[in-house]
Amino acid sequence: MVTEADYTLDKDDGGRTVLRLKGPYLLSTISDVDTGLRKIDEQIDVVDLAEVSEIDTVGAWFTNQVASNHSASIENADDRAQRLLTAVGESSNDSTVSAPRLPLLTRAPEAMGEKVFNAGHGIVQVIGFFGQILLGTASILRHPRRFRYRALVHQFESVGVNALPIIGLMSFLIGIVIAQQGAVQLQAFGAEALTVNLVGRITLRELGVLMTAIMVAGRSGSAFAAQIGTMKLTEEIDAMRTIGLSPIEVLVIPRLLACFFMMILLGFYASCMAIIGGAVISDLTLGIPFWTFLSRIHEVVPAHDVWVGMIKAPVFGLIVAISGCYQGMQVEGNSEEVGLRTTKAVVQAIFTVIVLDAFFAVFFTEIGWG
Amino acid sequence: MNNIVDEIFGETKPQRYERFRGEYPVRVRGLVNAFGDQVIHDHLDLDVKRGEILGVVGGSGTGKSVLMRSIIGLQPPVDGHIEVFGQAITDAEPDEALGVRNRWGVLFQGGALFSTLTVGENVEVPIKQFYPQIEPDITHEIAAYKVVMAGLPKEATSKFPSELSGGMKKRAGLARALALDPELLFLDEPTAGLDPIGAAAFDSLIRELKETLGLTVFLITHDVDTLFAICDRVAVLADQKVIAVGTIPELLELDHPWIQEYFNGPRGRAAQGKPSDG
Repeated sequence: MVTEADYTLDKDDGGRTVLRLKGPYLLSTISDVDTGLRKIDEQIDVVDLAEVSEIDTVGAWFTNQVASNHSASIENADDRAQRLLTAVGESSNDSTVSAPRLPLLTRAPEAMGEKVFNAGHGIVQVIGFFGQILLGTASILRHPRRFRYRALVHQFESVGVNALPIIGLMSFLIGIVIAQQGAVQLQAFGAEALTVNLVGRITLRELGVLMTAIMVAGRSGSAFAAQIGTMKLTEEIDAMRTIGLSPIEVLVIPRLLACFFMMILLGFYASCMAIIGGAVISDLTLGIPFWTFLSRIHEVVPAHDVWVGMIKAPVFGLIVAISGCYQGMQVEGNSEEVGLRTTKAVVQAIFTVIVLDAFFAVFFTEIGWG
Repeated sequence: MNNIVDEIFGETKPQRYERFRGEYPVRVRGLVNAFGDQVIHDHLDLDVKRGEILGVVGGSGTGKSVLMRSIIGLQPPVDGHIEVFGQAITDAEPDEALGVRNRWGVLFQGGALFSTLTVGENVEVPIKQFYPQIEPDITHEIAAYKVVMAGLPKEATSKFPSELSGGMKKRAGLARALALDPELLFLDEPTAGLDPIGAAAFDSLIRELKETLGLTVFLITHDVDTLFAICDRVAVLADQKVIAVGTIPELLELDHPWIQEYFNGPRGRAAQGKPSDG
């Protein structure tokens, strides 16, 4: 049996140009002949299918194309070929397969304009979302029984308790790095004793809370966006609304509160772990005993450093939770959007946290908590 | 050594198959499927005849979809033997399985369209996967006419699945299932969730495609109307087995309680055009 598609071109008795197709004309064999057949310049009068061993819709469609390009007639098609030819003849479709795309020069400004528009629109929507949260909070305050304590406890667990190991380890290592690297620099001035001040102040004031916020944004902010986004896709959110549950009350507020409270505890915990890490490495390499390091912390770190950290922590928590929930609620259409919105939630949260941290730094110094 | 290198980097000549000429494109023998302790199929046998539309019915949870997934190799069975086009699926080498895979098309329940691709691009995916040597503009055109063949309007070709209605998604899924001009078509509840007019249109589309393309169709359904309208034979799944296979009049003769209730229940009678009791 012939396994390759082929064709010949000759004149028949009547002087007509006949294109004789041979062998199987199938999806798997069409690439044998497609370029050749398309390049025929000669006028073809008849396409002859007598020697075609097998044909499927692709073969039929291709035959149809060749015949209609040359306005030739098709002869000797068997029953099956005839049926297929009719079927594909009725299925002509000249629309493009890919979604329409503009040329680059138009697309670039269009994308730019869309970004600007979306940014403006986004600000309005975030404000709207904020308003919804306030309304939701107000309605919970009026009907405290409606509040989902179980959901809140569950969120406490997943945002706070489950994050303890990773945040603890991260902070411990950061404490080690700060103490060790700080000591190397301070030794040049003979001031390695100040390592305690360095570790204590920087972790309680800045790094403990900041690193925790980044970690929580990566762990929980992304989870919020993905969870709520998926629920949006599967119409769970719509189902909630029809039952009379407010997604803000059920989904968003427990997450906000969990981040609010857990960030305070996690931030403090992270600072403590970092100090312990610093103390361990000082004990090992600087000759400052572990307990001496800890009691020195008490003397050199002013109380307001702790306050600075603990005031920032819940604010950062709120930012992480709001951007996670907000992006989740914005998901529409397909699963790709969930990924996109999750990324956005994390990036937005971390960026906002760092910008705000800069403002806090200036503010607290100005009010004399330097 | 060279063989291995060829296999990985070499341009493999696409395998070519003759159309299956045997009597049974699908043969299932002694199939056992179980999830943990729960036995879904217990030594199930089933043959699908070439050129027929075989309807598969059964109550919820009788393992209709699992049976389909076993046949197409997505669900490795605990025991048993499955042959598709005369090739064993159950212990097939990966390559051999691939040789079967481009000869069947599958329509999943929800359509299972790739959501980031347009309908046309969805149809192109299997063509590009199995026949990368075909010129892109030809693949485009093939995909475009398949979309219309599946009963979608031309404009749907460049739309994304999220822009389509439920019925159109099913048709788009069907277009993708037909992309490789398969000999065997698996349909998992094609008319579920469609309005009666849409469902009837889908039924006649399947019938028509089967006639023109010479397809063998394995059709899972809950829809009694579909059974009466287009199925040549019906297989009934119950008690972890296929308890009966035959034309609907043949099945009506049997006095298995489930079969009687199914076909002579109010919906079954309505589909047969008989008045229901009471």
